[in-house]
Amino acid sequence: MKVEARGLGVDLKGRPVLSGVDFAAQPAEVTAIIGPNGAGKSTLLRALAGLLAPVAGTVLAGARPLSEWHRQAFARALAYLPQDRVVHWALTARAVVALGRLPHQPPGAGESATDARAIAAALAAMDATHLAPRPVIEMSGGERARVLVARALAQEPSALLADEPASGLDPAHQLALFEHFARLATEGRTVIVALHDLSLAARFCHRIVLMHEGRVVAAGTPEDVLTVEHLAAVYRIEARLATLDGVPVVLPRALLP
Amino acid sequence: MTPAGADAEPNAVVLLGALAVAMVLAFVLSLAIGPVGLGRGLPGEAGALIFREIRLPRAVLGALVGASLGLSGAALQGYLRNPLAEPSLVGVSGGAALGAVLTIHLGLSAAVALTLPLGALLGAALAMLVVVALAGQHGGPVTLILAGLAVSSIATALVSLALNVSQNPFATVEMVFWLMGSLGDRSLPQVWLAAPFMLAGIALLLLLGRALDALTLGEDAARSLGIDVGRTRTMVVAGTALSVGAATAVTGVIGFVGLIVPHALRPFTGHRPGLLLPASMLGGAIMLLTADVVLRLVQPWVELRIGVLTALLGAPFFVWLVLKTRSELAP
Repeated sequence: MKVEARGLGVDLKGRPVLSGVDFAAQPAEVTAIIGPNGAGKSTLLRALAGLLAPVAGTVLAGARPLSEWHRQAFARALAYLPQDRVVHWALTARAVVALGRLPHQPPGAGESATDARAIAAALAAMDATHLAPRPVIEMSGGERARVLVARALAQEPSALLADEPASGLDPAHQLALFEHFARLATEGRTVIVALHDLSLAARFCHRIVLMHEGRVVAAGTPEDVLTVEHLAAVYRIEARLATLDGVPVVLPRALLP
Repeated sequence: MTPAGADAEPNAVVLLGALAVAMVLAFVLSLAIGPVGLGRGLPGEAGALIFREIRLPRAVLGALVGASLGLSGAALQGYLRNPLAEPSLVGVSGGAALGAVLTIHLGLSAAVALTLPLGALLGAALAMLVVVALAGQHGGPVTLILAGLAVSSIATALVSLALNVSQNPFATVEMVFWLMGSLGDRSLPQVWLAAPFMLAGIALLLLLGRALDALTLGEDAARSLGIDVGRTRTMVVAGTALSVGAATAVTGVIGFVGLIVPHALRPFTGHRPGLLLPASMLGGAIMLLTADVVLRLVQPWVELRIGVLTALLGAPFFVWLVLKTRSELAP
């Protein structure tokens, strides 16, 4: 499912946060949204997920404006993983992941065999099967993050929107997470990730959208977007770009004066 | 957090079945126990009269009011994502109390008995409307609590004013007794007046399971799971106003049931707010029916009112909750 924004403008508390944003994420691709703090990455993701009402422009999912989607059908098609890892009650990891199945269950219906399979697969994909019986609020930040990603995976959406899912994960689980995102893309799903790790973006994402002060500065392949000039202009850093053993690496070398 | 007695993934059918059986037992006990034993003596007309006019309304009220209080407590805690939430927080109990006290003060209840519960219902509905208007269309949980507190404070102030200016000592005593909350001496017509409202509120709140489960992950995640958060809030407020408003209208203010019951049952539901709804409904009925039976059995030197008993039990429980929360939040 293609996820698209055309001429998108969003105000938060009367302050313009996004203006004139054109964005498109294709199926079978991992699309990264990068940019400095406050660039509008999270706001763009929330608008794409239909959680914010735009003041200008439209958001389309599968070529249909969000207003034409039925609430429940949209929840089956698109999963959104917020940046804050909130779990309010002492639910077990399995119970939290099971929440991802809510859009698939008719009112009053319990967990079906299909639900149970999706939950088990999602837990396994995030290396969290052994965490299943433990309350999530007692877990470390990284474990909690993996359980919450598993919740979004259990939703089995056509499009997955994840806001900084890798932050707080150890290197092994960061790799595993992005390898799974790549796998989702090969299945034909659309994956959109906001992130700060430029090397991860360069390595795993098919397309990168670079944002700055509520606007899209550059969009395209990692080679097009991750250039010394772009990184200098947007992040005010002097960056070194290299390839080590065939893996692209972005090294922020120094702050620019 | 998880006590040894509570399973990690409890079986909903077993839990609700056990609670339902316990509730039926408590209901039968409430019918059977009193100063006049119905099992042996007083057969025939007197026994039937006592059963129909005294025991039955009392047991039905105990079950319905307890269910309303327990369920709305669980719904509010789930919606506000706060284990300290309670029906009186959203201003409904205060509004009902004010409405009832006003009908006594103005002498309406002395003229027509049913004006008292009607006044209380009206007060609860008005309080709810003011709270919703104050909290605004898009106000979150915190604004709702603040609006509820504001309306409760106004209602309490006006109740004090009514007590203060009351010239009639009998009316004053009646107001004070009503504020204490009691299941005794209620007639079947009063029960029939309040029951439809309580049942409607209970039905509304029971529909909220999915939404409250999803809200465990915060409002954004819940909305992305297909939950209409605005509608959820409306249903929580309307369901609480209907059930607790009508309950308070007949029995007076009975506090802490809505706080204690969800808290006690939460570990047995695997901390799932959705399953906690029906569990707390049954648990609330069990608690109130049992408390009422115990009050009749111990026969203290004066008739102790059930609202006083739940407050006596509930306030120390609240202190314990505060201490527990403090130790959990401590670094």
